Amino acid sequence: MSRAVAGPEIERLIQLLGRMPGLGPRSARRATLHLIKKRETLMAPLALALQDVLGKIVECQVCGNVDVRDPCTVCTDIHREAGVIVVVAEVADLWALERANAINAKYHVLGGVLSPLDGVGPDDLNLGKLVARVQAGGLDEVILALGATVDAQTTAHYITDLLRDSGVKVTRLAHGVPVGGELDHLDEGTLSAAIRARTTL
Amino acid sequence: MSHTPPVTAPRARIRRLTITRFRSYAAAQIEVADGPVVLTGPNGAGKTNLLEAISFFSPGRGLRRAPLDAIAQAGGDGSWAVAAQVEGALGEVMLGTGGDAPRADTPARRFRIDRETASSANAFLDHLKVVWLTPEMDGLFTGPPADRRRFLDRLVLAVDASHGTRVNALERALRTRNRVLEDGGDNRMLGAVEHELAELGVAVAAARLETVQRLATEIAAHADDASLFPYADIALDGALERLLATAPAVEVEDRYRAILQDNRPRDRAAGRTLEGPHLCDLAVAHGPKGLSAARCSTGEQKSLLIGLALSHARLVTAMQGHAPVVLLDDVVAYLDADRRAGLFAALSALGAQVWMSGADPLAFEALADAERFEVRPGEVRRAR
Ligand SMILES: Nc1ncnc2c1ncn2[C@@H]1O[C@H](COP(=O)(O)OP(=O)(O)OP(=O)(O)O)[C@@H](O)[C@H]1O
Ligand SMILES: [Mg+2]
Repeated sequence: MSRAVAGPEIERLIQLLGRMPGLGPRSARRATLHLIKKRETLMAPLALALQDVLGKIVECQVCGNVDVRDPCTVCTDIHREAGVIVVVAEVADLWALERANAINAKYHVLGGVLSPLDGVGPDDLNLGKLVARVQAGGLDEVILALGATVDAQTTAHYITDLLRDSGVKVTRLAHGVPVGGELDHLDEGTLSAAIRARTTL
Repeated sequence: MSHTPPVTAPRARIRRLTITRFRSYAAAQIEVADGPVVLTGPNGAGKTNLLEAISFFSPGRGLRRAPLDAIAQAGGDGSWAVAAQVEGALGEVMLGTGGDAPRADTPARRFRIDRETASSANAFLDHLKVVWLTPEMDGLFTGPPADRRRFLDRLVLAVDASHGTRVNALERALRTRNRVLEDGGDNRMLGAVEHELAELGVAVAAARLETVQRLATEIAAHADDASLFPYADIALDGALERLLATAPAVEVEDRYRAILQDNRPRDRAAGRTLEGPHLCDLAVAHGPKGLSAARCSTGEQKSLLIGLALSHARLVTAMQGHAPVVLLDDVVAYLDADRRAGLFAALSALGAQVWMSGADPLAFEALADAERFEVRPGEVRRAR
């Protein structure tokens, strides 16, 4: 262990920042130093923004997305095609598809994929609300954008079967998605192409 | 007599190999020019370790199928590295792989291409293929089918880079189904799992079948009853595989799905999936004799295996336009003089870079233009 160069409060900040994805201990130190240097123009607003978001964050009761309002910004957006729901595993996938400008539709966030080996079963996913949305009517298509891992594909088959008698068309992403790939890691062009070339199950 | 230069396809070759805290080596480096590479030295000197280091440029756990924690030099901090300067299919490239000192949150193994991180060893396949024969493979024809499936999957991987991912996915789908059966999962869940399992199973079976057929064609093109390395009759043995030879893949998928559904009670009782491509076998026979390889003599089995490896290396070369790097651990010393000469000639015709090991330098005397190295515990140096 190296000796501490700053008091415990600052060390703690470094430690917490170091737990962010993409930040290691070194970059956490750099980020902390940067915040200290810009404490008026960056650290103070950041602290406020964190506090603000923390106090307001809610899960959307319609689709499972995370936002500061419920129903979320996506669900209440009247410019989106209401007849199409894109089913994704995580909020990160929703953000990825939106960043890629892949489709102008509504979403449904499952909160994961079925993974019997990791003890994740149907009851652990946001499936009940998906069925309810489909049964409520007014839908033309459900697009399963779940990636290509074994667990993701199994989840896609499961949902297809779950919605079989609903009369709604169920499609999934084209096989341009590499095996084992997760949506969040794909580039925008690949994502858009996969959505465009979706196939009916 | 006129002198025609040998017509050789371009080949992938390792120019310099550098290993750090790897097995018995603290640090070692080998630089080689064009000839076949010969590593000699006493038992336990570290010859196989060097070949193993090269084998880590292929996906998987290397030619020893080693657990990750066995690779780093004992007594060190657990980190290790292998780097190679390669003239590969895409030109000059620096490949690297290794492990960090074990810590909870670091990945087990790292992969580098030209100083950039690569996500897996699959990325190495763009640059070179590595194939090998080791003494452990001597029992291949008499051992359990699982060994032959693994052998076959390595053959497939060299011509179809996505095969490793596919086989891993199949493995996971099987474990998933067995778990769902064990947990008493409902029919919808089982149906979903089996749907995926059937797709993956048929994809794996089809890839294996295609490689076996291509290899059989390659063997037939060179079959010579008088060769010292008898040609092999090979076939893929399994119910799904037989179906695939006659019916389209989607149909076989449906069939397999139906079988899985029917077998649920039986499989649940057994605790595993009793039918599928994870149980197929590679059937090998001595071509000229028409005799199953398992019933051939020890020497005949060795020769068959070498012949098979040579045919495969030719197939890889034909399909990729680049000869693979061939590792022959302790293969040469056990051959008689004629077969040795035959092997050297075949390797030279193949045009691949070959790395050979053996305790006795005399076994390699007939080899022209070899790059010879002496291996001593912890070090390797060019032989005089
Ligand atoms: N992780 C490790 N750390 C240190 N030494 C190791 C490690 N793993 C293996 N060794 C040692 O490496 C030595 C050389 O092994 P290797 O199999 O390469 O020898 P070899 O030259 O191929 O011998 P042979 O002619 O018997 O096949 C062995 O003595 C073994 O104990
Ligand atoms: Mg050895």
